Amino acid sequence: MTQAFIFYLLAGVTLLSGLMVISARNPVHSVLWLILAFVNAAGLFLVIGAEFLAMLLVIVYVGAVAVLFLFVVMMLDIDFARLRAGVARYLPLGILLGAVLLVEMFLVAGAWTSGAIAKGVRAAPRPEGLSNTQAIGTILYTDYVFVFQAAGMILLTAMVGAIVLTHRERAGVKRQDPARQAARTPVAAIAVVRPQVGAGVETGAGVQ
Amino acid sequence: MTLLQSLAVGAPEVILAGGICVLLLVGAFRGDRALEGLSWASVLLLVLAAVPVFDQGAGSAGAWGGLYVADPLSRFLKLLVFAGSAAAILVAVPFLRRSGTGRFEYPVLVLLATLGMAIMVSARSLLSLYVGLELMSLAAYVLAAFHRDDARSSEAGLKYFALGALASGLLLYGVSLVYGFTGSTGFDAIRAAFAPGTERNLGALFGLVFILAALAFKISAVPFHMWTPDVYEGAPTPVVAFFGTAPKVAAMGLLLRVLLDPFGGMKADWQQILVFMSIASMALGAVAAIAQTNVKRLLAYSAITNIGFALVGLAAGTPAGVSAVLFYLLVYLVMTLGAFVCLMMVVDGEGRNREELSDLAGLARTRPGLAAALAIFMLSLAGIPPLFGFMPKLAVLSAAVEANLWPLAVIGVLASVVAAYYYLRVVKILYVDPPSGIGFAPVEQGVNPFVMAAAAAFSSPLGYLLLGPLMAFGAEAARSLP
Repeated sequence: MTQAFIFYLLAGVTLLSGLMVISARNPVHSVLWLILAFVNAAGLFLVIGAEFLAMLLVIVYVGAVAVLFLFVVMMLDIDFARLRAGVARYLPLGILLGAVLLVEMFLVAGAWTSGAIAKGVRAAPRPEGLSNTQAIGTILYTDYVFVFQAAGMILLTAMVGAIVLTHRERAGVKRQDPARQAARTPVAAIAVVRPQVGAGVETGAGVQ
Repeated sequence: MTLLQSLAVGAPEVILAGGICVLLLVGAFRGDRALEGLSWASVLLLVLAAVPVFDQGAGSAGAWGGLYVADPLSRFLKLLVFAGSAAAILVAVPFLRRSGTGRFEYPVLVLLATLGMAIMVSARSLLSLYVGLELMSLAAYVLAAFHRDDARSSEAGLKYFALGALASGLLLYGVSLVYGFTGSTGFDAIRAAFAPGTERNLGALFGLVFILAALAFKISAVPFHMWTPDVYEGAPTPVVAFFGTAPKVAAMGLLLRVLLDPFGGMKADWQQILVFMSIASMALGAVAAIAQTNVKRLLAYSAITNIGFALVGLAAGTPAGVSAVLFYLLVYLVMTLGAFVCLMMVVDGEGRNREELSDLAGLARTRPGLAAALAIFMLSLAGIPPLFGFMPKLAVLSAAVEANLWPLAVIGVLASVVAAYYYLRVVKILYVDPPSGIGFAPVEQGVNPFVMAAAAAFSSPLGYLLLGPLMAFGAEAARSLP
């Protein structure tokens, strides 16, 4: 009973905040609603006993991704009035696409129940005697370690690619060179001058 | 299966991945002046990775919990892919230097793509298939836009990326459907689920169609070929030489395995799709190439036609058909590579590459060796009998005839007659037309003329000397498919 209540509460708030993410007028508010949706989804994971996923969701999505979103949104100077101008024009098409997706979801659900292959094969059972941190670790780093490492190579490719396509060496940039700074001695850096009265000092004389 | 055994079976990939990291570090410290050294080191790395491929003998071994297999088919394809990549790395150096983009990342990106292809051709699960394909594609997108200050190259990269991402999406959708209806991504389980006699499953059929569409995009078969001419025209020529060879071989090999192994029980379903794609590719490639004025675009349509021919053998679906396709891929790789190397050597006095068909006019008088090699590649790609390119065409067509696909074989012959027109037109421009008046640069030194000569010798009637071993090699690889 308590569990059902908590589930419906969390699920309801998740859906509501999801709705608010796309309907809030202020994009900063949208991101804040998104954070609420993430935290509630983490709560849902807790209810089904997947505590590791719940913590991961909070740490990675709320802690890093959502905050990054917030920064980006706050830094963008978007003309929101113009962005919204097309809504009325695109609404019918949007509703149509939404309806198609909805029908497809029902179709998929129908296919799920009437498929030719036994259902038991599809369900991923929770292994006995393992905490879910261990279970995820086993799948990710033992069963599928090959694919995991290959995915790492994909990320490396993406990084190299981004650098190849965008990085440019700029001439005339003033960079800090710690080694040179540390190697500076008073002799090289300081010049003692004895100015004549009324003659002044030549700028930069003897000073590097 | 312990980790050590898996590492031993998957040694080619492990060596490649480790070597890539080392080379990347060397490049990061030494900068672009390391390009030449890194290129040779990359070739050495590919040779090192090929050693365990030879070493594994003729058996078949799985690894990584059934995600990976090392069998004769994967070995055949890996050797082809490694050879193609090594050649693409070596022949690129003078071109990149000339156009001021001699950056050390080029060999590293080609190696990353090669790693992806090695994973692809050894995939024993839809998961490793996807990851390998994505690794290859991602590196390929960057390579297409490698001349980032050239608008055409950037456009090629962007187009390739947008369409490639769409194809990846289709593939994933197909994979998820197949997984949903069979309960597994492993090839063995999928094969068992589609074994003859089991109930026909509409959802899984949809999945198969999506997977086929995505793979057809990678091999640029009609109707998923639209990106090919634009990307071939815009991307730097050595990159196109790479695109036209190793990735085509890997994707075609992957298609062979996917259709005949996990989806072997659905042959009646995929055969009609393949017959259509094959006819459409041969016909469109042959007709559309006639109007081209740019050599790279012409070679793009030639690639589409040739993939159509390779699909003829696959449509047959018999062991003879598969071995014909593998043989076709091998010869096609050498001919295409040679043609692009020739194109890279057409440089005018100011060091610019000439890529228009009209620039080649009368090349035979100023650069007879280059013109002769290009003519050999063109005639061989056309499949004109005394040249070696005739043999693979004959092999796929006879496989189709044996499988009672008479109409397909007839259309293939007709398409090759039409295609012969534009290949012969290139030869006519080279030998008969009055010279274009471009002052060509003197004959290049280094590895490119050597690669060109070797490829030309292979494509000429001299190639028949290798016919026996190559056919046997292909037939052995084909036997590892059920």
